Amino acid sequence: MERDDLIEYSLHGHHDDAKGKEIRSKIYKVTILLTLVTIIEVFIGASIKQSSDWWSAVKITFILLTLLKAGYIVMVFMHLGDERPYLRNVILIPYFIFVAYLIFIALVEGTAVGSVWETMWQ
Amino acid sequence: MAGHSAQLDAKTLWGGKESPFQTSYGKLMMWFFLVSDALTFSGLLIAYGFTRHDSQDAWPIGEETFNSMPFLGHGYPLLYVALMTFILIVSSVTMVLAVEAGHRMDRKGVTKWMIATVIGGFFFLGSQAWEWSHFIHGSEFGKIELNDGSVAIVKGHFGEINSFTVIEAGKKHKTGAVIKEDLMHQFQHAAELGHLEAGKIHLADGSVAKINKAADHEMKLIIKKDGKLHKVGGKEITGKQAEKLYYEALYSGDKHRVIYGANMKQNEYGPQQYAQFFFFITGFHGFHVFSGVIINILILLGVLSGTYHKRGHYEMVEKTGLYWHFVDLVWVFVFTFFYLL
Repeated sequence: MERDDLIEYSLHGHHDDAKGKEIRSKIYKVTILLTLVTIIEVFIGASIKQSSDWWSAVKITFILLTLLKAGYIVMVFMHLGDERPYLRNVILIPYFIFVAYLIFIALVEGTAVGSVWETMWQ
Repeated sequence: MAGHSAQLDAKTLWGGKESPFQTSYGKLMMWFFLVSDALTFSGLLIAYGFTRHDSQDAWPIGEETFNSMPFLGHGYPLLYVALMTFILIVSSVTMVLAVEAGHRMDRKGVTKWMIATVIGGFFFLGSQAWEWSHFIHGSEFGKIELNDGSVAIVKGHFGEINSFTVIEAGKKHKTGAVIKEDLMHQFQHAAELGHLEAGKIHLADGSVAKINKAADHEMKLIIKKDGKLHKVGGKEITGKQAEKLYYEALYSGDKHRVIYGANMKQNEYGPQQYAQFFFFITGFHGFHVFSGVIINILILLGVLSGTYHKRGHYEMVEKTGLYWHFVDLVWVFVFTFFYLL
């Protein structure tokens, strides 16, 4: 039996040539940005030593630049920015809650275990 | 891209009959799979962070460990991984261009960009194979335990070994014979077993040979573990002094003074867990890249046979695209946490 209540969401993505041109120019811009960020990261990584006083600032810079890159990949390349906000939130919010908790607990525990080892050897 | 569809108010969206996400079943499931896979990779990288935080020994530094380029040798910190990152970003871009062409029902465009993506994937896999091989074989100097008990990694240019001249005959080699094959391998093997002494090597067949080796250049020792004399972060040991300390230890005749490369039991870069995490995380990511390439090839075959064109949309390309971008996304994090920090 043929159904008429099924909605073909797969067709929603279709667009015309003009829109395609616009999307492509955005893709090229993001490509240049991602490449530049990678070059900056490598340049900083190769020029500033871990023993330097600047290292903790460099660490934070690396993490921020990585999140910037990840944001552009997810929002533009994976089109999550173009999806409905409901879908975006269902994907991002649970993920960030779990990962933020895991990062916090693992790094705190890791440091604590490390200090226990240190006292044991003394 | 549901954004192109008409804007609907919440009442219509959640009132039934329509998907509140305005997206197809397949794409939604791909997203849910990617969330779970992202949690797996997060778990692995966070476990790496945990180990690094509780480790007592000096953790390896990316720009010291990864500073080689194919055909060019040493002294190019992080450039090779940056190149790998760039290759993966470019193949992500060609993928998103394939998806865009699919939205215009441009079959030729999809084919072209999918082929480019597959090629990019193979390039990345090849680069990773080189990277692993280099990591496993290690540097020419290796990591060495100096006479005062400190442990150091060595930077600089290793002078080439030209030949061994046999001075005491063994089962296989006669006195005066000149050995020209497999020199580096025999040298490193002997060094690990303590079969070297002041410019001489004890070969496996019992013969003793003189090592004809060119001089090393720009040698530098970086202390990784405190000893009686040399401390971590102390004064830099370079030039003649570095050569003296290094060869004193190498020619000491003791076993296990030097470690080359990495395996599951030991590695020259740092704590044992470091190499294990390297193998597991980059290996798991590499396996994702490998399966991504295979899936891309299958989809490319579907594009070529016109399956998706007949269907009226190229959503299969979009779904594999999501997976492929995810692989790129993971690499961005591996690159930061493994190589930069």
